[in-house]
Amino acid sequence: MALGAHLGRAGAVMDLATLIQILDSTLRLATPLLLACLAGLFSERAGVFDIGLEGKMLIAAFAAGAAAAVTGSVWLGLIAGIGASLALSAVHGVASIGFRGNQLISGVAINFLAAGLTGLIGQRWFGLGGRTPQLPEGARFGPITLPFAETLAGVPVLGPVWAELISGHTLLVYVALAAVPASWWVLYRTRFGLRLRAVGENPAAVDTAGISVARLRFGAILIAGLLCGIAGAYLATGLVAGFVKDMTAGRGFIALAALVFAKWRPWQALGACLLFGLLEAVANRYQNIEIGDFIVPVQVMQAAPYVLTVVILAGFVGRAIPPRAGGEPYVKER
Amino acid sequence: MSRENHSGQPATAAPLPQVPAIELRGISKAFGPVQANRDIDLSVARGTIHGIVGENGAGKSTLMSILYGFYRADRGEILISGARAEIADSRAAIRAGIGMVFQHFKLVPNFTVLENVILGAEEGARLAPSLARARAELGRLARDYELEVDPDAVVETLSVGHQQRVEILKALYRQADILILDEPTGVLTPAEADHLFRILKGLARQGKTVILITHKLREIMEVTERVSVMRRGEMVATLTTAETSPEKIAELMVGRKVLLRVEKAPARPGAVALAAEGLQVVDPGGVERLRGVSFALRAGEILGIAGVAGNGQSELLEVLAGIRPAEGRLSIAGAPVALGGPGADGQARRAAGLAHVPEDRQNLGLIMDFAAWENVALGYHHAAEYQANALFMANGALRADTADKMARFDVRPPNPDLPARAFSGGNQQKIVVAREIDRAPKVLIVGQPTRGVDIGAIEFIHQRIVALRDAGSAILLVSVELDEILSLADRILVMFDGRIMGERAAGATDERDLGLMMAGVA
Repeated sequence: MALGAHLGRAGAVMDLATLIQILDSTLRLATPLLLACLAGLFSERAGVFDIGLEGKMLIAAFAAGAAAAVTGSVWLGLIAGIGASLALSAVHGVASIGFRGNQLISGVAINFLAAGLTGLIGQRWFGLGGRTPQLPEGARFGPITLPFAETLAGVPVLGPVWAELISGHTLLVYVALAAVPASWWVLYRTRFGLRLRAVGENPAAVDTAGISVARLRFGAILIAGLLCGIAGAYLATGLVAGFVKDMTAGRGFIALAALVFAKWRPWQALGACLLFGLLEAVANRYQNIEIGDFIVPVQVMQAAPYVLTVVILAGFVGRAIPPRAGGEPYVKER
Repeated sequence: MSRENHSGQPATAAPLPQVPAIELRGISKAFGPVQANRDIDLSVARGTIHGIVGENGAGKSTLMSILYGFYRADRGEILISGARAEIADSRAAIRAGIGMVFQHFKLVPNFTVLENVILGAEEGARLAPSLARARAELGRLARDYELEVDPDAVVETLSVGHQQRVEILKALYRQADILILDEPTGVLTPAEADHLFRILKGLARQGKTVILITHKLREIMEVTERVSVMRRGEMVATLTTAETSPEKIAELMVGRKVLLRVEKAPARPGAVALAAEGLQVVDPGGVERLRGVSFALRAGEILGIAGVAGNGQSELLEVLAGIRPAEGRLSIAGAPVALGGPGADGQARRAAGLAHVPEDRQNLGLIMDFAAWENVALGYHHAAEYQANALFMANGALRADTADKMARFDVRPPNPDLPARAFSGGNQQKIVVAREIDRAPKVLIVGQPTRGVDIGAIEFIHQRIVALRDAGSAILLVSVELDEILSLADRILVMFDGRIMGERAAGATDERDLGLMMAGVA
């Protein structure tokens, strides 16, 4: 690298512009993780395990990419993405809530279904080896320039931070960030949130209070579907310009790891997803890092988010207590 | 029965309100071929405490589930304050003014008391106003009914007695006029139970109607004004409590005369059969479950271990049975046995002469899908008489042996080929007891021998335990039922927080005395 980034010297060598670029890219890469993580949060807090985040994101990405490519409208793409994701959520709900099936198996099935369907239909429709055509402007989300970005640009530190780090992202990045306080508020300050958290801990308490467990859980799953849909649409129409086969690349599972890391709490989920985003951003930027005479191969950095996932899942996060009724279909006693 | 209903109205009580708080007429409910409730009539007067007793499977739970909207009755009607009520679900039951305190609490463990109280009874989409209102209301209820509990405490940090108060508060917050409690004292210390009864009496005084489901006849006698007895899905009698006796109620429950007291001669203790010294257990979570438990158990005596559930009794049983490692020393009939590592297993314990009737018979005592004869072989499958040759077991001999045990231990139906789950709780327990007692062990350790067992079977199991003692075995009895400990044991140890709080001779103590020790007051 031109920067010759020696890990030990990196801090000294790295200037503000580089730092901002990395953080900027962190934000963009963290966005799909964050949306998927919050999706998992709603679902799992309600007691329904959702390992189908990956599949829902993937099918949403495909539907968004395809719809945007065909219609030329990014909004129709977003709607198609959300719709596709909701459809898979409904499948998960019918299987695991309606028929009290195994939630993990239903999730695995959704992942397979999405991987197979997107590849097959993509090839059949567009004949590009599973890709959708490159999206032109208007068919993808463009950057939004926040107010004062121009005016402040000259101010040292604050200027570039505002203009280049905070401003200039696509709409969905801001939607994801806004979803964090919104999720927190819904979960902890509303009736719906109270019931949702209760149904994930002790559905019998909710049932005997005269509230439908199935309806609450279905509601939570549909919220998860909505968020996964936005995440998928962002991948295909925000982060890059078009759908690529298997473009989620395990992000759904990383989001699950982030969810465990965050111990099923929204603000912590933001932190966890930013950390994973940062790793990915650093990996993208510093292809080879020299430590003394040793050059860390690029694969090591690219593997870092996944390695961290394994480390986190292996229990390096201390005691993470999942919602107690998680994974259990609710069967009324007596 | 309606006849007894009316003739039994206490004439002494102040002029009763004419309309009963709740009235059931001809309630019937069948599950497949099983008639769980048959033509039930029940009338409960406003402002009274009404007991409902019956054995397991008598249909009490089904009846209460119908009242709380879990099931729809096949026939019959429910009248609340004289008006016909359709109770389609729990929400409708709550609206009709019915509150239920379940045996297993329906609380969200990591929510605060306030959050649990408002769950499902919130006003509006935002929580803040509901929480504020509930806080004020809880203060008022606490003052009115002795229901003090910290509204901001997280429920899982509360004692069981306080958790039960939260359940009662939940019902009262929903404006319940009729409060149904299902076996409410099973998990309470005697002092907590007394407090509960004071609360219930206070509620009744203020015009609330309380229905108390229990199998403890002492409680029926102590707090109820009227009592209804169920047997095999039917309401066999409704009596005025003051005019009846525990013996009469027990007879109605079982359908024949029952001995409530265990007949036994004084013990003749012999040599020490089991000696435990400084037993210590730290569970994987780092919690100390046993903190140095020592005692000696002699041949020919029954040593009772009393205590509120969860104070180390279960761990003690498991350590003695060889299924949980511990620190300390243990000997059986003078010979030391291992407490951890090789030699610390059920097989070795049985070889040393110890038999174990576990607390949790469905998980530790039986394999529910195995036939009775297979269950009878469990743990004793190496016994010489069960082997046909070096390779095969003598299944025929095993079946015959099981049929013989079933006859002698009165297991019904006496069919060795039925799976364990096809038997009632009492008969399952008899199978376990037959397996463990029949080989005349030197030491028998028994956990909750009559939990979920009906009165008739309790009587039988108690008699067999006493007979085993008289034959010279040493018996350790762990039970959370004080009545059982007091009537069966010769000597009583009380456990609290992993320690032995004290020892009493059975004749020289009573519930108050033991209750104080059970609460940790030495």
